Amino acid sequence: MNAVFQGIGASVRRTEDLRFISGKGNYTDDINRPGQLYTIFKRSDRPHAKITGIDSAAASAMPGVVAIFTAADFAGVGGLPCGWQIHNKDGSPMAEPKHPILADGKVRHVGDPVVMVIAETKQQARDAAEALAIGYEDLPSYSVSRDALAAGAAAVHDDAPGNLCYDWHIGDKDATDAAFAKAARVVKLDLLNSRLIANPMEPRSAIGDYDRTTDMHTLYTTSQNPHVIRLLMGAFVLGIPEHKLRVVAPDVGGGFGTKIFHYAEEAAVTWAATKLNRAVKWTSDRSEAFISDAHGRDHDSHAEMALDASNNFLGMRVSTMANLGAYLSTFGPAVPTYLYATLLAGVYKTPAIYCEVKAVFTNTVPVDAYRGAGRPEASFLVERLVDAVCHDTGADPVALRRQNFIPRDAFPYQTPVAVQYDSGDYFATLETALKNADYAGFPARKAAAAAKGKLRGIGVSTYLEACGIAPSKLVGQLGARAGLYEVANIRVNPTGSVTVYTGTHSHGQGHETTFAQLVVDQLGVPHNQVQIVHGDTDRIPFGMGTYGSRSLAVGGSAMVKAMDKIITKGKKIAAHLLEASVEDIEFKDGNFSVAGTDRVKTFGEIALTAYVPHNYPIETLEPGLDETAFYDPANFTFPGGCHICEVEIDPDTGVTKVVQFVAVDDVGRVINPMIVEGQIQGGVAQGIGQALLEHAVYDAQGQLLSGSFMDYTMPRADNLSNISVGTENTLCTHNPLGAKGCGEVGAIGSPPAVINAVVNALSAYGVRHMNMPASADKVWNIINGGHRVAAA
Amino acid sequence: MPQVTLTVNGKTSSVEVEARTLLVELLRDKLGLTGTHVGCDTSQCGACVVHIDGNSVKSCTMLALQADGTQVTTIEGLAAADGTLHPMQEMFREHHALQCGFCTPGMVMSAIDLVQKNPQGLSQDEIRHGLEGNLCRCTGYHNIVKAIDASQSLMHAKAAE
Amino acid sequence: MYNFDYQKPGALADAVKALGADDAKALAGGMTLIPVLKQRLNHPSVVVDLAKLGLSGITVTGDSVTIGAMTTHATVAASADVKRAIPALAALAGGIGDNQVRSRGTIGGSLANNDPAACYPSAALALGATITTNKRAIKADDYFTGMFTTALAADEVIISVSFPIPAKAAYVKFKQPASRYAMVGVFVAKGPAGVRVAVTGSGQGGVFRFTAAEAALASNWSAAALNGLSVSADNMMSDIHGSAVYRAHLVGVIAKRAVTAAG
Repeated sequence: MNAVFQGIGASVRRTEDLRFISGKGNYTDDINRPGQLYTIFKRSDRPHAKITGIDSAAASAMPGVVAIFTAADFAGVGGLPCGWQIHNKDGSPMAEPKHPILADGKVRHVGDPVVMVIAETKQQARDAAEALAIGYEDLPSYSVSRDALAAGAAAVHDDAPGNLCYDWHIGDKDATDAAFAKAARVVKLDLLNSRLIANPMEPRSAIGDYDRTTDMHTLYTTSQNPHVIRLLMGAFVLGIPEHKLRVVAPDVGGGFGTKIFHYAEEAAVTWAATKLNRAVKWTSDRSEAFISDAHGRDHDSHAEMALDASNNFLGMRVSTMANLGAYLSTFGPAVPTYLYATLLAGVYKTPAIYCEVKAVFTNTVPVDAYRGAGRPEASFLVERLVDAVCHDTGADPVALRRQNFIPRDAFPYQTPVAVQYDSGDYFATLETALKNADYAGFPARKAAAAAKGKLRGIGVSTYLEACGIAPSKLVGQLGARAGLYEVANIRVNPTGSVTVYTGTHSHGQGHETTFAQLVVDQLGVPHNQVQIVHGDTDRIPFGMGTYGSRSLAVGGSAMVKAMDKIITKGKKIAAHLLEASVEDIEFKDGNFSVAGTDRVKTFGEIALTAYVPHNYPIETLEPGLDETAFYDPANFTFPGGCHICEVEIDPDTGVTKVVQFVAVDDVGRVINPMIVEGQIQGGVAQGIGQALLEHAVYDAQGQLLSGSFMDYTMPRADNLSNISVGTENTLCTHNPLGAKGCGEVGAIGSPPAVINAVVNALSAYGVRHMNMPASADKVWNIINGGHRVAAA
Repeated sequence: MPQVTLTVNGKTSSVEVEARTLLVELLRDKLGLTGTHVGCDTSQCGACVVHIDGNSVKSCTMLALQADGTQVTTIEGLAAADGTLHPMQEMFREHHALQCGFCTPGMVMSAIDLVQKNPQGLSQDEIRHGLEGNLCRCTGYHNIVKAIDASQSLMHAKAAE
Repeated sequence: MYNFDYQKPGALADAVKALGADDAKALAGGMTLIPVLKQRLNHPSVVVDLAKLGLSGITVTGDSVTIGAMTTHATVAASADVKRAIPALAALAGGIGDNQVRSRGTIGGSLANNDPAACYPSAALALGATITTNKRAIKADDYFTGMFTTALAADEVIISVSFPIPAKAAYVKFKQPASRYAMVGVFVAKGPAGVRVAVTGSGQGGVFRFTAAEAALASNWSAAALNGLSVSADNMMSDIHGSAVYRAHLVGVIAKRAVTAAG
């Protein structure tokens, strides 16, 4: 038996590591199917142009070329569907132009796929792709929302006039106007949330396969949610019924949101494999990923806070332009609306909030969820605005926050922007973070840095997010075209081991370990007797996948519900074997016993009896011990916390270094503290990356300047220092685990903490705000008098 | 087609390749050693790091033909014949130095070379600097640095045996 | 990558002959050539691998350090002889790229390619190195002719590079944040050829000498002597990582740091 505790709360070493550290992982590009062909997508090198002709004669004649497909070949195939419909202020639906598999008549961003070349080898496909001649007639292009919205701008889509996807709003405008009317002071801030590229280390890959004997289509793909891909691609794109389509997402090398979406390449390889009756494989190059993986963020906002004479927040007004790129990605429209504006209350009791969002088509790669998805945009805006209030009023950043926090006894707390927080204690996370960061000792550290010629600054962010998405009924009302429950099938095998089939997907989160800990805890089965299966639509009943920090709160809760059913049935079997009434059977530590006696049946004995039902209540109970649960939560979960960052700036070069980072988060129930710490550290690293290093930049001609790791600054080990992680958890009140989620908090809480610290360090230069990233050249410019330019 | 003969994880192979074949393509596609990964096309990410004659190199930035006559070690060749893991592999698991696992093979191979070449011992700052050629998107490097730090004494003790 | 013929000659004469073919390319460590080939930016007819020509090795005499063209950065960085004779050169080699690049990349490859963001050109120019080829000896002053261009003929192969030992020298690099190549690298030297300051990474024409700094340091070897000195932004590169003005400023800052490091 277990000598070591491996249930809830134990830092169990990860099961999946054994294959990953030995080179035995099985990622999509590691898979090869018999007779497999390779495809290369010839992509547009223009941001916006009419296609005047495609000459593939020379390419077709190249060695090894099997097929060349263009939009004309996909005439009977649907466009890539959008999974969320937003409505305009007037109630009309958003503009929803078609997103064809291959560019049809027109290219709309650099990277838009135009021709699919299939050959016996990848090099042959690449050679042939180069021999294609595509004629273009350039059109005016826009990479910035503001430019695309300008009067007279050329249309990215003919059926989206003015390049406007939607003009949406939330909150009570009249109440907010009234709050501003009575304000003693109004603080205003313009800010950009920089465009980012997720860059999971594994580039996307997809293999289409077809078995003509069974008429089964199979797609192997780098996805965070294989069932969602099956639903979208089968029903909306290719018209393949779900029982004839299998989607496998094997080991996936990181996702961070960008592997949620259904991409054209997935549909193209599945379609082509059927057409050619041979497997077709595509694996993205990194440079290709930069112009074909959905990007993240890219908001242009104006924010205002109304204050009374004592600096109490009275009202908040926000206006945002959100760049959605050239096409609607799967969840693109939801990110700058329900995943963003619903979080604008933050941790504050601001009574009136109104936000309007214009979503814009531009000639850039589509924008969709990237770690945090909307919530980092909200936290950056709110936490920067709060620091701007401090700047303008002289208020202390900690005291002002404390003064405006939602009180401990105010939960459940209904915000003015639709959501209701179930639990939280923002004072606790703040106080612990102040202590862990030795906030009081900062002036001495600043003085010591100054003596070395360095500018030291400190920044606080008290953020909140909503995750664990979500109640299906609510998201349906908000425009989601899918339910967002989760599914677990718990199969107790005859000898008592347990196989769990989960609809979530692990691509770094360690589900194989954490979920097994739930089974250890609930069923008393040793950790090594539990197998977690995910990522295959043929093996798992259903599922919505992993994103929005939902796997434990929703998927784990489904497992708990399914295990409850197992225990309930086990008790009936035990009652029969022990000749007692069901009400008298207790289940604890893997044993079914008659209360108050020493009569016991082990979990293994009950399992065997269920499958070998010789002595069994067969008249009233089916054999077997295999239960499935669908869990649809009552609400989102609301993690939050406090991040405190300290930076040192070298004024000679403008280089900013994070010298201390302290995170104290409330993530609800923690199953595996080691994994939770790792998730938060990774999220913080991405947040620091956004704040200081990363930036997807287009030039005026619509070309992506930061189009490879040579120019897109990924955080490396020496850019970061150790990240202190602590928790002050309150339990979620509406799911059986009390879990909230930890996957995104790091990326949501940290960027404003870093920028608040940078602005603090530069306060002597009169700096009030700076947009991300605080790169060395920008900081140096500010120090040297260019801050008006840099802040614009 | 030209032929390359090399010894990978102790096993000698002769393989016909196009001259333009990269070492990583030879390892993954011809020899089935898919533990070595490709994460970029600009020699930045280090997912493809292997050892050639005891030095860590990026196998995506080397022609297969350049490896003719060399001894190559990949992530698959680190564990002992009886399955005992290399101390670096052990420490990566012990310190939760990996999440999605994609950068891990290259990270482990780079880390082993780094520790081997610095028997005097490395500070955590020096370890961070020594990982300049490897990108990880999941961990924020915190636990990778811890794992490598912890492996130093184990590896140096083993080397002294 | 386009396909090509591959040759790995065992004799210099054979290599030179092979390089005489149209569109032939010499392959040293491959740290720049292979990425360029992967991007299909170059389509050689034949790639001539110089690895078997016996061109690696380090010789230190009383007044010079001579490094064989195929000597890797890692070998130079680890060489006790180089560390003793010109520690700045060993440190420069130990800071090129990353450990894996240093395992493969060579001094000859770096100088033949003359990437404007490479480190070695600054050492060659500041130390007044001599580049010896199969045909002749070329002074560094005559060798670098512009971004990615040198005095080398198509069938000319670098055999070795000889650096006079300076009294004082140091190299300090400010890295481009993403690629980690030099955005501004400054090599300062006080040697037989006088005081020389060479700047790499930032100039539109590749490595160049910062003559105003040289003059200032010649009369007063101290970081303070460079106060207020900078280069003109006119010939500086400019990109998303920094304007020409910023780069010009950095040249002054990094030069001072290099002088301080040189002692």
